[in-house]
Amino acid sequence: MLRIYWMESKTEFLKFIRMRAYVVFTVLFPLMFYCFFGLSMGQQQSMAQQDGPNSMPPMARYLLATYGVFGVMGAMLYGFGVGVAVERGLGWLELKRASPMPPAAYLIAKGVVSLSFGALVVVLLFAMGAAFGGVRMPPSQWLELAATLIAGAIPFCALGLIIGNLAGPNSASAAVNSIYMPMAFCGGLWIPYDFLPHGIQQFAVLLPTFHFAQLALAVLHAPIQGSISSHVEALAAFTLIFSGLAWILQVRGREKMYG
Amino acid sequence: MPVDQPVAELQCITKNYGAVTALHGIHLTIEPGELVALLGPNGAGKTTAVRILLGLTPATSGRAAIFGHHPASREARLRRGAQLQVAKVPETLRVREHIELFSSYYEHPLPFAETIAAAGLKGIENRLFGDLSGGQRQRVLFALAICGNPGLLLLDEPTVGLDVEARRGLWAQIREYVARGGSVLLTTHYLDEADALANRIAVINQGRIAAEGTSAEIKERGAATGLEDAFLAIMKESSLQEVA
Repeated sequence: MLRIYWMESKTEFLKFIRMRAYVVFTVLFPLMFYCFFGLSMGQQQSMAQQDGPNSMPPMARYLLATYGVFGVMGAMLYGFGVGVAVERGLGWLELKRASPMPPAAYLIAKGVVSLSFGALVVVLLFAMGAAFGGVRMPPSQWLELAATLIAGAIPFCALGLIIGNLAGPNSASAAVNSIYMPMAFCGGLWIPYDFLPHGIQQFAVLLPTFHFAQLALAVLHAPIQGSISSHVEALAAFTLIFSGLAWILQVRGREKMYG
Repeated sequence: MPVDQPVAELQCITKNYGAVTALHGIHLTIEPGELVALLGPNGAGKTTAVRILLGLTPATSGRAAIFGHHPASREARLRRGAQLQVAKVPETLRVREHIELFSSYYEHPLPFAETIAAAGLKGIENRLFGDLSGGQRQRVLFALAICGNPGLLLLDEPTVGLDVEARRGLWAQIREYVARGGSVLLTTHYLDEADALANRIAVINQGRIAAEGTSAEIKERGAATGLEDAFLAIMKESSLQEVA
Protein backbone atom coordinates (compact mmCIF):
# COMPACT_ATOMS: atom_id res chain seq x y z
CA MET A 1 0.00 0.00 0.00
CA LEU A 2 2.82 2.40 0.89
CA ARG A 3 4.44 1.46 -2.38
CA ILE A 4 1.56 3.08 -4.31
CA TYR A 5 2.17 6.42 -2.58
CA TRP A 6 5.88 6.16 -3.33
CA MET A 7 5.30 5.24 -7.00
CA GLU A 8 2.68 7.96 -7.43
CA SER A 9 4.98 10.61 -5.96
CA LYS A 10 8.01 9.44 -7.91
CA THR A 11 6.08 9.43 -11.18
CA GLU A 12 4.58 12.83 -10.44
CA PHE A 13 8.04 14.21 -9.78
CA LEU A 14 9.46 12.80 -13.03
CA LYS A 15 6.50 14.19 -14.92
CA PHE A 16 7.07 17.73 -13.64
CA ILE A 17 10.86 17.82 -13.70
CA ARG A 18 10.75 17.08 -17.45
CA MET A 19 8.30 19.93 -18.12
CA ARG A 20 10.44 22.90 -19.00
CA ALA A 21 7.62 25.42 -18.55
CA TYR A 22 6.91 24.21 -15.05
CA VAL A 23 10.53 24.32 -13.92
CA VAL A 24 11.09 27.77 -15.40
CA PHE A 25 7.92 29.13 -13.87
CA THR A 26 8.26 27.69 -10.40
CA VAL A 27 12.01 27.63 -9.85
CA LEU A 28 13.68 30.22 -12.08
CA PHE A 29 11.01 32.92 -11.78
CA PRO A 30 11.29 33.57 -8.04
CA LEU A 31 15.08 33.33 -8.21
CA MET A 32 15.16 35.89 -11.00
CA PHE A 33 12.85 38.23 -9.12
CA TYR A 34 14.96 37.95 -6.02
CA CYS A 35 18.04 38.70 -8.09
CA PHE A 36 16.52 41.86 -9.58
CA PHE A 37 14.83 43.26 -6.52
CA GLY A 38 16.27 41.58 -3.47
CA LEU A 39 19.92 41.60 -4.38
CA SER A 40 20.30 44.76 -6.44
CA MET A 41 18.18 46.86 -4.09
CA GLY A 42 19.76 45.17 -1.11
CA GLN A 43 23.18 46.45 -2.02
CA GLN A 44 22.17 50.07 -1.55
CA GLN A 45 19.85 49.58 1.38
CA SER A 46 21.98 47.46 3.64
CA MET A 47 24.49 50.28 4.12
CA ALA A 48 21.84 52.47 5.67
CA GLN A 49 20.69 49.91 8.22
CA GLN A 50 21.72 50.07 11.80
CA ASP A 51 21.49 46.88 13.81
CA GLY A 52 19.06 47.49 16.64
CA PRO A 53 16.85 44.78 18.20
CA ASN A 54 13.72 45.97 16.41
CA SER A 55 15.06 47.61 13.31
CA MET A 56 14.40 46.55 9.73
CA PRO A 57 16.76 43.77 8.71
CA PRO A 58 18.86 44.48 5.61
CA MET A 59 16.84 44.37 2.42
CA ALA A 60 18.48 41.19 1.10
CA ARG A 61 17.45 39.39 4.27
CA TYR A 62 13.99 40.92 4.51
CA LEU A 63 13.20 40.01 0.91
CA LEU A 64 14.56 36.49 1.40
CA ALA A 65 11.50 35.83 3.56
CA THR A 66 8.98 37.42 1.21
CA TYR A 67 10.44 35.97 -1.99
CA GLY A 68 10.53 32.62 -0.22
CA VAL A 69 6.79 33.02 0.30
CA PHE A 70 6.44 34.01 -3.35
CA GLY A 71 8.37 30.96 -4.58
CA VAL A 72 6.59 28.45 -2.39
CA MET A 73 3.20 29.86 -3.32
CA GLY A 74 4.02 29.59 -7.03
CA ALA A 75 5.03 25.94 -6.75
CA MET A 76 1.76 25.10 -4.97
CA LEU A 77 -0.55 27.10 -7.23
CA TYR A 78 1.06 25.83 -10.40
CA GLY A 79 1.45 22.20 -9.28
CA PHE A 80 -2.08 21.89 -7.95
CA GLY A 81 -3.91 24.49 -10.03
CA VAL A 82 -2.56 23.79 -13.49
CA GLY A 83 -1.75 20.15 -12.73
CA VAL A 84 -5.27 19.24 -11.64
CA ALA A 85 -7.03 21.42 -14.24
CA VAL A 86 -5.19 19.76 -17.11
CA GLU A 87 -5.60 16.20 -15.86
CA ARG A 88 -9.23 16.72 -14.92
CA GLY A 89 -10.19 18.57 -18.06
CA LEU A 90 -8.62 16.14 -20.48
CA GLY A 91 -9.87 12.87 -19.04
CA TRP A 92 -6.72 11.57 -17.38
CA LEU A 93 -8.10 11.93 -13.86
CA GLU A 94 -11.19 9.90 -14.85
CA LEU A 95 -9.01 6.96 -15.83
CA LYS A 96 -7.13 7.18 -12.54
CA ARG A 97 -10.37 7.40 -10.57
CA ALA A 98 -11.65 4.28 -12.32
CA SER A 99 -8.45 2.43 -11.37
CA PRO A 100 -7.73 1.00 -7.91
CA MET A 101 -5.51 3.99 -7.09
CA PRO A 102 -6.41 5.20 -3.57
CA PRO A 103 -7.88 8.69 -4.16
CA ALA A 104 -5.63 10.13 -1.47
CA ALA A 105 -2.53 9.00 -3.38
CA TYR A 106 -3.25 11.49 -6.14
CA LEU A 107 -3.41 14.45 -3.77
CA ILE A 108 -0.58 13.31 -1.54
CA ALA A 109 1.71 12.86 -4.55
CA LYS A 110 0.81 16.32 -5.81
CA GLY A 111 1.46 17.73 -2.34
CA VAL A 112 4.79 15.94 -1.88
CA VAL A 113 6.05 16.99 -5.30
CA SER A 114 4.85 20.61 -5.07
CA LEU A 115 6.43 20.89 -1.63
CA SER A 116 9.67 19.42 -2.96
CA PHE A 117 9.77 22.05 -5.67
CA GLY A 118 8.91 24.69 -3.07
CA ALA A 119 11.74 23.44 -0.88
CA LEU A 120 14.10 23.49 -3.84
CA VAL A 121 13.25 27.13 -4.49
CA VAL A 122 13.81 27.94 -0.82
CA VAL A 123 17.22 26.25 -0.77
CA LEU A 124 18.35 28.02 -3.95
CA LEU A 125 17.06 31.37 -2.68
CA PHE A 126 18.94 30.88 0.59
CA ALA A 127 22.11 30.00 -1.30
CA MET A 128 21.78 33.14 -3.42
CA GLY A 129 21.02 35.30 -0.40
CA ALA A 130 24.03 33.97 1.47
CA ALA A 131 26.39 34.06 -1.50
CA PHE A 132 25.43 37.35 -3.17
CA GLY A 133 23.24 39.19 -0.67
CA GLY A 134 25.57 38.83 2.29
CA VAL A 135 22.77 37.39 4.41
CA ARG A 136 24.14 35.95 7.67
CA MET A 137 21.97 34.18 10.24
CA PRO A 138 22.52 31.51 12.87
CA PRO A 139 21.79 28.01 11.48
CA SER A 140 18.73 27.67 13.69
CA GLN A 141 17.23 30.76 12.09
CA TRP A 142 17.83 29.47 8.56
CA LEU A 143 16.10 26.24 9.51
CA GLU A 144 13.24 28.02 11.21
CA LEU A 145 12.67 30.18 8.15
CA ALA A 146 12.74 27.15 5.84
CA ALA A 147 10.29 25.27 8.06
CA THR A 148 7.95 28.27 8.22
CA LEU A 149 8.03 28.67 4.44
CA ILE A 150 7.17 25.03 3.89
CA ALA A 151 4.44 24.86 6.54
CA GLY A 152 2.86 28.04 5.20
CA ALA A 153 2.43 26.37 1.81
CA ILE A 154 -0.57 24.36 2.95
CA PRO A 155 -3.37 26.90 2.36
CA PHE A 156 -1.96 27.43 -1.13
CA CYS A 157 -2.31 23.72 -1.93
CA ALA A 158 -6.01 24.12 -1.21
CA LEU A 159 -6.22 27.34 -3.20
CA GLY A 160 -4.50 25.57 -6.09
CA LEU A 161 -7.13 22.82 -5.88
CA ILE A 162 -9.89 25.40 -6.21
CA ILE A 163 -8.32 26.67 -9.43
CA GLY A 164 -7.74 23.09 -10.56
CA ASN A 165 -11.43 22.33 -10.17
CA LEU A 166 -12.68 25.57 -11.71
CA ALA A 167 -10.35 26.34 -14.60
CA GLY A 168 -10.28 24.63 -17.96
CA PRO A 169 -7.13 22.87 -19.11
CA ASN A 170 -6.14 25.75 -21.37
CA SER A 171 -7.06 28.63 -19.10
CA ALA A 172 -5.51 27.29 -15.90
CA SER A 173 -2.10 28.95 -16.35
CA ALA A 174 -3.73 32.31 -16.93
CA ALA A 175 -6.03 31.76 -13.95
CA VAL A 176 -3.07 30.96 -11.72
CA ASN A 177 -1.14 34.03 -12.87
CA SER A 178 -4.13 36.30 -12.48
CA ILE A 179 -4.31 35.57 -8.77
CA TYR A 180 -0.65 34.77 -8.12
CA MET A 181 0.79 38.12 -9.18
CA PRO A 182 -1.79 40.41 -7.52
CA MET A 183 -1.69 38.36 -4.31
CA ALA A 184 2.10 38.60 -4.30
CA PHE A 185 2.15 42.34 -4.81
CA CYS A 186 -0.71 43.24 -2.47
CA GLY A 187 0.49 40.85 0.21
CA GLY A 188 3.78 42.74 0.39
CA LEU A 189 5.96 40.05 -1.17
CA TRP A 190 7.69 42.24 -3.74
CA ILE A 191 7.65 45.55 -1.93
CA PRO A 192 7.58 45.53 1.87
CA TYR A 193 4.15 46.06 3.40
CA ASP A 194 5.17 49.40 4.95
CA PHE A 195 5.91 50.87 1.52
CA LEU A 196 2.57 49.83 0.00
CA PRO A 197 -0.13 52.45 -0.62
CA HIS A 198 -2.61 52.76 2.23
CA GLY A 199 -5.54 51.30 0.26
CA ILE A 200 -3.59 48.17 -0.58
CA GLN A 201 -2.38 47.84 3.01
CA GLN A 202 -5.99 47.63 4.17
CA PHE A 203 -6.81 45.07 1.48
CA ALA A 204 -3.71 42.99 2.28
CA VAL A 205 -5.21 41.74 5.53
CA LEU A 206 -7.71 39.74 3.46
CA LEU A 207 -4.96 37.86 1.63
CA PRO A 208 -3.26 34.66 2.79
CA THR A 209 0.00 35.93 1.30
CA PHE A 210 0.09 38.83 3.76
CA HIS A 211 -0.28 36.56 6.79
CA PHE A 212 2.20 34.05 5.42
CA ALA A 213 4.77 36.81 4.79
CA GLN A 214 4.30 38.26 8.26
CA LEU A 215 5.03 34.86 9.77
CA ALA A 216 8.18 34.44 7.69
CA LEU A 217 9.30 37.95 8.69
CA ALA A 218 8.68 37.19 12.33
CA VAL A 219 11.35 34.49 12.08
CA LEU A 220 13.81 37.21 11.04
CA HIS A 221 12.75 39.34 14.04
CA ALA A 222 11.57 42.01 11.63
CA PRO A 223 8.80 44.28 12.91
CA ILE A 224 5.46 42.71 11.93
CA GLN A 225 1.82 43.74 11.88
CA GLY A 226 -0.27 42.07 14.58
CA SER A 227 0.68 39.00 16.57
CA ILE A 228 2.16 35.73 15.35
CA SER A 229 -0.81 33.76 16.60
CA SER A 230 -3.25 35.97 14.68
CA HIS A 231 -1.44 35.13 11.45
CA VAL A 232 -1.36 31.41 12.23
CA GLU A 233 -5.09 31.55 12.90
CA ALA A 234 -5.73 33.44 9.70
CA LEU A 235 -3.80 30.88 7.65
CA ALA A 236 -5.63 28.03 9.38
CA ALA A 237 -8.93 29.68 8.53
CA PHE A 238 -7.89 30.14 4.90
CA THR A 239 -6.89 26.46 4.75
CA LEU A 240 -10.32 25.36 6.02
CA ILE A 241 -12.24 27.68 3.71
CA PHE A 242 -10.18 26.82 0.64
CA SER A 243 -10.29 23.07 1.32
CA GLY A 244 -14.04 23.17 1.85
CA LEU A 245 -14.56 25.09 -1.35
CA ALA A 246 -12.25 22.79 -3.30
CA TRP A 247 -14.16 19.78 -1.98
CA ILE A 248 -17.54 21.21 -3.00
CA LEU A 249 -16.27 22.10 -6.47
CA GLN A 250 -14.78 18.66 -6.87
CA VAL A 251 -18.02 16.87 -6.01
CA ARG A 252 -20.04 19.22 -8.21
CA GLY A 253 -17.62 18.77 -11.12
CA ARG A 254 -17.97 15.00 -11.13
CA GLU A 255 -21.70 15.12 -11.71
CA LYS A 256 -21.51 17.75 -14.39
CA MET A 257 -19.52 15.72 -16.89
CA TYR A 258 -21.62 14.39 -19.73
CA GLY A 259 -21.17 10.95 -21.21
CA MET B 1 -20.63 -16.95 -4.55
CA PRO B 2 -22.47 -18.61 -7.46
CA VAL B 3 -20.26 -19.88 -10.25
CA ASP B 4 -22.35 -18.43 -13.05
CA GLN B 5 -22.41 -14.95 -11.60
CA PRO B 6 -22.24 -12.36 -14.39
CA VAL B 7 -19.02 -10.41 -14.75
CA ALA B 8 -20.89 -7.16 -15.09
CA GLU B 9 -24.54 -6.20 -15.06
CA LEU B 10 -26.73 -3.19 -15.50
CA GLN B 11 -30.29 -3.76 -14.28
CA CYS B 12 -32.94 -1.26 -15.23
CA ILE B 13 -30.45 1.59 -15.22
CA THR B 14 -31.76 5.10 -15.73
CA LYS B 15 -29.46 8.09 -15.77
CA ASN B 16 -30.57 11.69 -15.82
CA TYR B 17 -28.27 14.64 -16.26
CA GLY B 18 -30.55 17.40 -15.07
CA ALA B 19 -33.44 17.45 -17.54
CA VAL B 20 -31.66 15.20 -20.04
CA THR B 21 -32.19 11.46 -19.77
CA ALA B 22 -29.11 9.65 -21.07
CA LEU B 23 -30.28 6.11 -20.27
CA HIS B 24 -33.88 4.86 -20.02
CA GLY B 25 -33.90 1.75 -17.82
CA ILE B 26 -31.41 -0.36 -19.76
CA HIS B 27 -30.48 -3.97 -19.02
CA LEU B 28 -27.12 -5.37 -19.99
CA THR B 29 -25.25 -8.42 -18.75
CA ILE B 30 -21.76 -9.66 -19.52
CA GLU B 31 -21.15 -13.34 -18.83
CA PRO B 32 -17.68 -14.78 -18.14
CA GLY B 33 -15.59 -15.07 -21.29
CA GLU B 34 -17.91 -12.92 -23.37
CA LEU B 35 -17.00 -9.98 -25.53
CA VAL B 36 -20.04 -7.73 -25.74
CA ALA B 37 -20.11 -4.74 -28.05
CA LEU B 38 -22.30 -1.79 -27.18
CA LEU B 39 -22.97 -0.34 -30.59
CA GLY B 40 -24.59 2.99 -31.24
CA PRO B 41 -24.24 6.45 -32.71
CA ASN B 42 -22.54 9.28 -30.85
CA GLY B 43 -24.63 10.49 -27.95
CA ALA B 44 -26.59 7.23 -27.66
CA GLY B 45 -25.54 6.69 -24.04
CA LYS B 46 -22.61 4.31 -24.54
CA THR B 47 -20.12 6.31 -22.52
CA THR B 48 -22.68 6.91 -19.77
CA ALA B 49 -23.21 3.16 -19.44
CA VAL B 50 -19.46 2.64 -19.18
CA ARG B 51 -19.07 5.46 -16.65
CA ILE B 52 -21.73 3.85 -14.46
CA LEU B 53 -19.95 0.49 -14.64
CA LEU B 54 -16.73 2.27 -13.67
CA GLY B 55 -18.33 3.90 -10.64
CA LEU B 56 -17.49 7.32 -12.04
CA THR B 57 -21.07 8.47 -11.94
CA PRO B 58 -23.99 6.99 -9.99
CA ALA B 59 -27.11 5.76 -11.79
CA THR B 60 -30.26 7.76 -11.07
CA SER B 61 -32.05 4.44 -10.54
CA GLY B 62 -31.37 0.75 -11.10
CA ARG B 63 -28.56 -1.55 -10.07
CA ALA B 64 -25.06 -1.87 -11.47
CA ALA B 65 -22.53 -4.48 -10.38
CA ILE B 66 -19.05 -5.72 -11.27
CA PHE B 67 -18.49 -9.34 -10.15
CA GLY B 68 -21.39 -8.74 -7.76
CA HIS B 69 -19.72 -5.69 -6.20
CA HIS B 70 -20.65 -2.03 -6.32
CA PRO B 71 -18.86 -0.44 -9.32
CA ALA B 72 -17.08 2.12 -7.13
CA SER B 73 -15.89 -0.45 -4.57
CA ARG B 74 -12.26 -1.42 -4.25
CA GLU B 75 -13.09 -5.05 -5.10
CA ALA B 76 -14.65 -3.93 -8.38
CA ARG B 77 -11.77 -1.62 -9.22
CA LEU B 78 -9.18 -4.33 -8.58
CA ARG B 79 -10.89 -6.78 -10.91
CA ARG B 80 -11.53 -4.47 -13.82
CA GLY B 81 -9.41 -2.51 -16.27
CA ALA B 82 -10.55 0.40 -18.37
CA GLN B 83 -9.56 2.21 -21.52
CA LEU B 84 -11.32 5.55 -21.76
CA GLN B 85 -11.25 8.36 -24.27
CA VAL B 86 -8.47 10.46 -22.81
CA ALA B 87 -7.73 13.68 -24.65
CA LYS B 88 -4.32 14.08 -23.09
CA VAL B 89 -2.12 11.63 -21.23
CA PRO B 90 0.89 13.06 -19.35
CA GLU B 91 3.46 13.29 -22.12
CA THR B 92 6.65 13.65 -20.10
CA LEU B 93 6.47 10.11 -18.73
CA ARG B 94 7.97 7.05 -20.37
CA VAL B 95 5.83 4.09 -21.42
CA ARG B 96 7.57 2.07 -18.72
CA GLU B 97 6.78 4.61 -16.01
CA HIS B 98 3.10 4.79 -16.94
CA ILE B 99 2.75 1.01 -16.86
CA GLU B 100 4.75 0.52 -13.66
CA LEU B 101 2.64 3.12 -11.88
CA PHE B 102 -0.68 1.56 -12.90
CA SER B 103 0.63 -1.93 -12.14
CA SER B 104 1.44 -0.79 -8.61
CA TYR B 105 -2.27 -0.08 -7.97
CA TYR B 106 -3.17 -3.76 -8.28
CA GLU B 107 -2.58 -6.65 -5.92
CA HIS B 108 -1.64 -9.21 -8.59
CA PRO B 109 -0.48 -7.31 -11.65
CA LEU B 110 0.88 -8.95 -14.79
CA PRO B 111 4.67 -9.03 -14.94
CA PHE B 112 5.90 -5.94 -16.81
CA ALA B 113 7.25 -7.97 -19.75
CA GLU B 114 3.89 -9.70 -20.20
CA THR B 115 2.00 -6.42 -20.27
CA ILE B 116 4.43 -5.07 -22.84
CA ALA B 117 4.05 -8.18 -24.98
CA ALA B 118 0.25 -8.30 -24.67
CA ALA B 119 -0.08 -4.66 -25.73
CA GLY B 120 2.52 -4.85 -28.50
CA LEU B 121 4.83 -2.27 -26.97
CA LYS B 122 8.09 -4.14 -27.26
CA GLY B 123 10.99 -1.85 -28.16
CA ILE B 124 9.31 1.40 -27.14
CA GLU B 125 9.23 0.88 -23.36
CA ASN B 126 11.58 3.79 -22.74
CA ARG B 127 10.00 6.31 -25.10
CA LEU B 128 8.23 9.35 -23.70
CA PHE B 129 4.48 9.19 -24.23
CA GLY B 130 4.60 12.50 -26.07
CA ASP B 131 6.88 11.00 -28.74
CA LEU B 132 4.53 8.13 -29.62
CA SER B 133 2.29 7.75 -32.68
CA GLY B 134 -1.50 7.62 -32.34
CA GLY B 135 -1.59 3.85 -32.57
CA GLN B 136 1.18 3.46 -30.00
CA ARG B 137 -0.63 5.82 -27.63
CA GLN B 138 -3.81 3.74 -27.82
CA ARG B 139 -1.74 0.62 -27.15
CA VAL B 140 -0.26 2.23 -24.02
CA LEU B 141 -3.79 3.00 -22.80
CA PHE B 142 -4.71 -0.61 -23.56
CA ALA B 143 -1.65 -1.72 -21.55
CA LEU B 144 -2.85 0.37 -18.60
CA ALA B 145 -6.21 -1.42 -18.85
CA ILE B 146 -4.73 -4.93 -18.78
CA CYS B 147 -1.65 -4.46 -16.58
CA GLY B 148 -3.54 -5.32 -13.38
CA ASN B 149 -4.54 -8.70 -14.83
CA PRO B 150 -8.25 -7.90 -14.48
CA GLY B 151 -11.11 -10.27 -15.27
CA LEU B 152 -13.06 -7.58 -17.08
CA LEU B 153 -12.06 -4.89 -19.54
CA LEU B 154 -14.23 -1.89 -20.28
CA LEU B 155 -13.08 -0.33 -23.52
CA ASP B 156 -14.72 2.95 -24.51
CA GLU B 157 -14.22 3.44 -28.25
CA PRO B 158 -10.72 2.01 -28.10
CA THR B 159 -9.91 2.37 -31.81
CA VAL B 160 -11.36 5.80 -32.52
CA GLY B 161 -9.05 7.83 -34.75
CA LEU B 162 -6.72 4.93 -35.58
CA ASP B 163 -5.64 3.91 -39.06
CA VAL B 164 -6.61 0.47 -40.38
CA GLU B 165 -3.36 -1.19 -39.42
CA ALA B 166 -3.32 0.15 -35.87
CA ARG B 167 -6.96 -0.81 -35.51
CA ARG B 168 -6.34 -4.39 -36.61
CA GLY B 169 -3.40 -4.56 -34.23
CA LEU B 170 -5.53 -3.54 -31.27
CA TRP B 171 -8.27 -5.98 -32.32
CA ALA B 172 -5.73 -8.79 -32.23
CA GLN B 173 -4.69 -7.78 -28.72
CA ILE B 174 -8.30 -7.63 -27.54
CA ARG B 175 -8.94 -11.12 -29.01
CA GLU B 176 -5.86 -12.46 -27.23
CA TYR B 177 -7.12 -11.07 -23.95
CA VAL B 178 -10.45 -12.87 -24.43
CA ALA B 179 -8.61 -16.05 -25.44
CA ARG B 180 -6.82 -15.94 -22.07
CA GLY B 181 -10.22 -16.03 -20.36
CA GLY B 182 -11.04 -12.35 -19.95
CA SER B 183 -14.40 -10.69 -20.51
CA VAL B 184 -14.85 -7.43 -22.39
CA LEU B 185 -17.43 -4.73 -22.82
CA LEU B 186 -16.49 -2.59 -25.78
CA THR B 187 -18.33 0.48 -27.01
CA THR B 188 -18.03 1.47 -30.62
CA HIS B 189 -19.79 3.22 -33.40
CA TYR B 190 -17.97 1.14 -36.00
CA LEU B 191 -20.20 -1.68 -37.20
CA ASP B 192 -17.33 -3.71 -38.58
CA GLU B 193 -15.58 -3.54 -35.21
CA ALA B 194 -18.60 -4.98 -33.40
CA ASP B 195 -19.00 -7.55 -36.15
CA ALA B 196 -15.37 -8.64 -36.07
CA LEU B 197 -14.91 -8.86 -32.31
CA ALA B 198 -18.13 -9.41 -30.41
CA ASN B 199 -19.88 -12.60 -29.33
CA ARG B 200 -22.90 -10.48 -28.70
CA ILE B 201 -23.94 -7.02 -29.82
CA ALA B 202 -26.26 -4.65 -27.99
CA VAL B 203 -27.46 -1.83 -30.21
CA ILE B 204 -28.16 1.30 -28.23
CA ASN B 205 -30.01 4.35 -29.46
CA GLN B 206 -31.30 7.36 -27.57
CA GLY B 207 -30.61 5.73 -24.22
CA ARG B 208 -32.44 2.47 -24.96
CA ILE B 209 -31.21 -0.97 -26.00
CA ALA B 210 -32.82 -1.25 -29.42
CA ALA B 211 -31.64 -4.75 -30.28
CA GLU B 212 -29.47 -7.44 -28.77
CA GLY B 213 -28.03 -10.69 -30.06
CA THR B 214 -25.21 -12.22 -32.04
CA SER B 215 -24.03 -10.45 -35.14
CA ALA B 216 -26.04 -12.92 -37.24
CA GLU B 217 -29.20 -12.34 -35.22
CA ILE B 218 -28.87 -8.60 -35.52
CA LYS B 219 -28.43 -8.90 -39.28
CA GLU B 220 -31.65 -10.93 -39.50
CA ARG B 221 -33.57 -8.24 -37.70
CA GLY B 222 -32.88 -5.91 -40.54
CA ALA B 223 -33.88 -8.54 -43.11
CA ALA B 224 -31.14 -7.09 -45.21
CA THR B 225 -27.76 -7.91 -46.65
CA GLY B 226 -25.38 -6.72 -43.95
CA LEU B 227 -24.98 -5.38 -40.50
CA GLU B 228 -24.96 -1.84 -41.76
CA ASP B 229 -28.44 -2.09 -43.28
CA ALA B 230 -29.72 -3.86 -40.20
CA PHE B 231 -28.23 -1.18 -37.99
CA LEU B 232 -29.86 1.61 -39.95
CA ALA B 233 -33.19 -0.21 -39.88
CA ILE B 234 -32.98 -0.64 -36.11
CA MET B 235 -32.01 3.00 -35.65
CA LYS B 236 -35.01 4.11 -37.67
CA GLU B 237 -37.37 1.74 -35.88
CA SER B 238 -36.25 2.73 -32.39
CA SER B 239 -36.36 6.42 -33.22
CA LEU B 240 -39.93 6.04 -34.47
CA GLN B 241 -40.90 4.31 -31.23
CA GLU B 242 -39.43 7.21 -29.38
CA VAL B 243 -41.72 9.63 -31.22
CA ALA B 244 -44.82 7.46 -30.78
